[in-house]
Amino acid sequence: MRFYEYESKALFERHRMPLNTRRTVSSASEAREAAAEIGCPVVVKSQVLSGGRMKAGAVKFAKTPDEAASYYDEILPIEVNGETARSILIETMSPIAQEYFVSVTWDGRRKAPVVLFSDMGGIDIEEVAEKHPEHVSKTHFSTIFPLTPRIAKEAIGKVGVSGRDLNRMTPIVFELMKIFLEYDLTLAEINPLARLEDGSFCVLDGHIDLEAEARGKHKKLLAELGIGEDETRQARPPTEFEIAGRKVNDVDHRGVAGNVVEFDGNLGLIIGAGGGSLTLFDAVRNHGGKPANYCEIGGNPSVSKACELTKLILSKPGVEKIAVMMNVVSNTRVDIVARGVVKGCIESGKDPAKVISIFRIPGAWEDEGFKILEKYGVEYCDRSVSMYDAAGRAVAKLGA
Amino acid sequence: MPGLFIDVQVDAAVAKDAAIAKKLEDACPVDIFEASDAGVTVVEANLDECTLCDLCIQAAPEGSVKVVKLYE
Repeated sequence: MRFYEYESKALFERHRMPLNTRRTVSSASEAREAAAEIGCPVVVKSQVLSGGRMKAGAVKFAKTPDEAASYYDEILPIEVNGETARSILIETMSPIAQEYFVSVTWDGRRKAPVVLFSDMGGIDIEEVAEKHPEHVSKTHFSTIFPLTPRIAKEAIGKVGVSGRDLNRMTPIVFELMKIFLEYDLTLAEINPLARLEDGSFCVLDGHIDLEAEARGKHKKLLAELGIGEDETRQARPPTEFEIAGRKVNDVDHRGVAGNVVEFDGNLGLIIGAGGGSLTLFDAVRNHGGKPANYCEIGGNPSVSKACELTKLILSKPGVEKIAVMMNVVSNTRVDIVARGVVKGCIESGKDPAKVISIFRIPGAWEDEGFKILEKYGVEYCDRSVSMYDAAGRAVAKLGA
Repeated sequence: MPGLFIDVQVDAAVAKDAAIAKKLEDACPVDIFEASDAGVTVVEANLDECTLCDLCIQAAPEGSVKVVKLYE
């Protein structure tokens, strides 16, 4: 869940990060007032969740309060990647000597958080990493051992920063690492972190992404930052298909079936089990298949939930077949899911034998489940067939 | 009318017993039985949710409730 810049900065302020004087405004007159109060020149910035504000013209530099008011009107309607501004931020314009980049994120391969640091801030870090890899450092740290400023120092020092700059930036980078862990973030980024002409440092822009599953744990913080419980902060609004999926899931408390994401393909997916969804989705794509949806089922959903989910996916235009696949399950009953999907096919007016390309859910009550599938002529397999191979079979059937 | 996968049959005499009806209603985790003063009614819409737990069979006199798997 992404934070707006003004929210990220409000969080940084709690941790005594060096920030410019700033104010969010919601009218041109407020922009004028804020610019006069802060003191010109000021930066006028659109508050959107996506990047690319500067390129879209949604960041301007105002020399006078009147100019700030006029930029407010100019920036407000600008769409950045299809997103309009929530508000406008007016902030002191700092005399910059050099810009740096610092980010803390999660390295899935190393299964550890990583600090990325560059002395070429203010621009796309991917571009810097490609063209000037010697200017980007990667420093992993542990979530078990105590966090120390030495790690931050190491990250900065790796790109050749030393002396006073190293000493001044270390507490800022160290604080960002602490923020990342304390609030269960998936991203804590400062870009740029600026050295000003007087040698001091200032956070000019910040990005925070909170792990969506941690929302409950950080309810108090979110409330204090003014982030509503109903704000999903997704990259795009949910589609009708996704909303319908949520309704399927909300019908009763039993298990999960309905957490879907819409795609354009022809193979509907009823998949799940402890990371199995991601593995299976990737497997389908690796075999050249085109998923119609991503999906997560598990926790022993009721027959009616599995049935309604099946009907929803089969009703999606372009879906030719469905694949029902999970990892080996212990807390979901194979026979209950089998009943649900077979019933869903029949209630959709389709023959389960023709429309289910593969049923690969091994685990609890599988013998009972396989009896159901046999009766309806559905191709199924047990754990001796890997998830990858099962996905391959499903994709192959679409080509047949 | 049975479900697509499961049918539950209750002996006619037992079905009229309000006390057993209450026991069946309490026992079933997926609400297949509805009790009233007149006895027990099988809720057809919930039949396919049967988890084959056999709690209904244990709650009623021996042989008076049968759970039938229609896919066998």
